[in-house]
Amino acid sequence: MEENQATQVSLPRLGDKAPDFDAVTTHGNLKLDDFKGSWIILFSHPADFTPVCTTEFIAFAEIFPDLQKRGVELLGLSVDSLSSHIAWARNVEEKTGVKIPFPIIADLSKEVSLAYGMVHPGQSKTETVRCVFIIDDKQVIRTILYYPLSTGRNMQEILRIVDALQMTDANGVATPANWNPGDKVIVPAPNTQEGAEERVKQPDYECVDWYLCKKQL
Amino acid sequence: MPCINPEGKPTETGKKVLQALRDNGLCSAEKVAEVTGVALFRVRSGLRDMVEAELVELVEDKYNITEKGIKLIE
Repeated sequence: MEENQATQVSLPRLGDKAPDFDAVTTHGNLKLDDFKGSWIILFSHPADFTPVCTTEFIAFAEIFPDLQKRGVELLGLSVDSLSSHIAWARNVEEKTGVKIPFPIIADLSKEVSLAYGMVHPGQSKTETVRCVFIIDDKQVIRTILYYPLSTGRNMQEILRIVDALQMTDANGVATPANWNPGDKVIVPAPNTQEGAEERVKQPDYECVDWYLCKKQL
Repeated sequence: MPCINPEGKPTETGKKVLQALRDNGLCSAEKVAEVTGVALFRVRSGLRDMVEAELVELVEDKYNITEKGIKLIE
């Protein structure tokens, strides 16, 4: 029994290849491979027709155009049925005027949610918690966020993480605490004595010391 | 299926994909997405379903509309 439970709990880690799936969604059957070449935000919610989830879906729909500009597709998931997802999306549009433009996985079998470690029995044995998986265009997991059932997600933080990941990939730098687009970025620390001596003399870097230097991109 | 409804008829997205293949000949999924403005993941999923329904055929890594597919959008 314990062994069975252990095999059911899968927690993918950063840098892992995202687990494959072949899922029923509100936009038809979708496989992870269908998203090849795009970044994906795969997120789970506890249940359709619930208040916090409804505010989150509206908020995800609102940042959808910003994500599209960044080459990111959105994909929702819960263990509700396809009919429930369709009815809920229609209800959100009818009551708030916000159309849900992204697909939602109907994971009744929990196949996808278990593969991604979205069910946390300490929170709920039946529902998925609020997970966010940011998966890059090579289908590697780059960020995982978990929020409890009672706390709605912060969309600006999700956008900020996407910006930081895409910017650091493109420029080989890192981002300091509370970084936002346009702020100075961190230059990787040198790994030799000579490099450290040269680093502090760099005129265009703002250095606290050799290991902590920032520059404007 | 995103491109074929339960009655076996193409949805609006399905029609766009079939028309793109009819008008442009042999196309990659990427080309269909570019021509139709439909998201690439939806095109890939729809093409998979339409190959299964024999509305489209896969020729190496590109897609071609079949006679059955042409009849459906006439």
